[in-house]
Amino acid sequence: MSNNRKVFAEGMRDGVPIALGYFAVSFSLGIMAKATGITPIQGFFISLFCRASAGEYAGYTMIAASATYLETIIVCFIANARYLLMSCATSQRVKEDMSLLHRIGISFGLTDEIFAISISREGFLNPYYTYGAVAVAGPCWALGTMTGCIAGGILPIRVVSALSVALYGMFLAVIIPPIKKEKIIGVIIVICFALSYAFNRFAIFSGISSGTKTIILTVVISSFAAIIFPKEEQE
Amino acid sequence: MSRVAVSGNIYIYMAIMIGVIFLIRALPLTLIRKQIKNKFIRSFLYYVPYVTLAVMTFPAIMEATQNPIAGLIALVGGIIAAWCGLGLLQVSVICCLIVFIAEFIIH
Repeated sequence: MSNNRKVFAEGMRDGVPIALGYFAVSFSLGIMAKATGITPIQGFFISLFCRASAGEYAGYTMIAASATYLETIIVCFIANARYLLMSCATSQRVKEDMSLLHRIGISFGLTDEIFAISISREGFLNPYYTYGAVAVAGPCWALGTMTGCIAGGILPIRVVSALSVALYGMFLAVIIPPIKKEKIIGVIIVICFALSYAFNRFAIFSGISSGTKTIILTVVISSFAAIIFPKEEQE
Repeated sequence: MSRVAVSGNIYIYMAIMIGVIFLIRALPLTLIRKQIKNKFIRSFLYYVPYVTLAVMTFPAIMEATQNPIAGLIALVGGIIAAWCGLGLLQVSVICCLIVFIAEFIIH
């Protein structure tokens, strides 16, 4: 039990940079939500329960367009489909006998960032680590949305700009260190950067949202990597 | 035909957003109970985190900042910091500081 408490604290510690980045990103999301007629309280609760940037953004645009419910469901699904992959990947990082409640608990916390730090843990994932991170970062995401809804434009643009890279810094802290053990991951990351850049660059793809782009590239590159560099059975 | 948003609608939209996002996250993790034996799927899922995070990082980091060059410098600085073994918080703060300073100078 005391171990779980320690792990929870580690999660909270690692949740701090996520919370900082979240506040900056959700602040701008709040400004956008306000434009669709969402109240600060509604924004707070949507963000508290969704904790998705592109996913929420897509939802707000549907509300702003008075889209049908079916359209909203489809768009929300597409904009968030990458979480299907993250959830699948996470399923291989938890103990087989983990309870349904813990599985639901972890999956509720799965954002790009929480996923990133959760899978960077050694061995099986202790759910309390994820809970600790969500406990710190989740409320900040909701508060940021609410604050943006109430008072967009108060933070100096330079500060928002600087805070907005906090999330990417964290991603780097997750994907770079493993290269030392496995050179191949470095090669894959370089390929990812190149293809991602090319994807953004070519006008032909301009109609594809960033969420869809992430899914397509993830599936294609991971498939090739799995075929060319299959992982040997562990243990 | 123009649709008028009814005031009550917003709560249905909210329920849809929250419900759909929750199900997408919860279904695979609750339904896949076993360690997958298939070598391809195992390998695929092993690489997914690295690929998806790398794809989301670049070139997005250059688009997040006011000045793309500041984002690029933050990327390089972040990679070096992460390579040196610094933790999540330190790498994040270094990236933020780099952008803040770089935009101060470049501006």
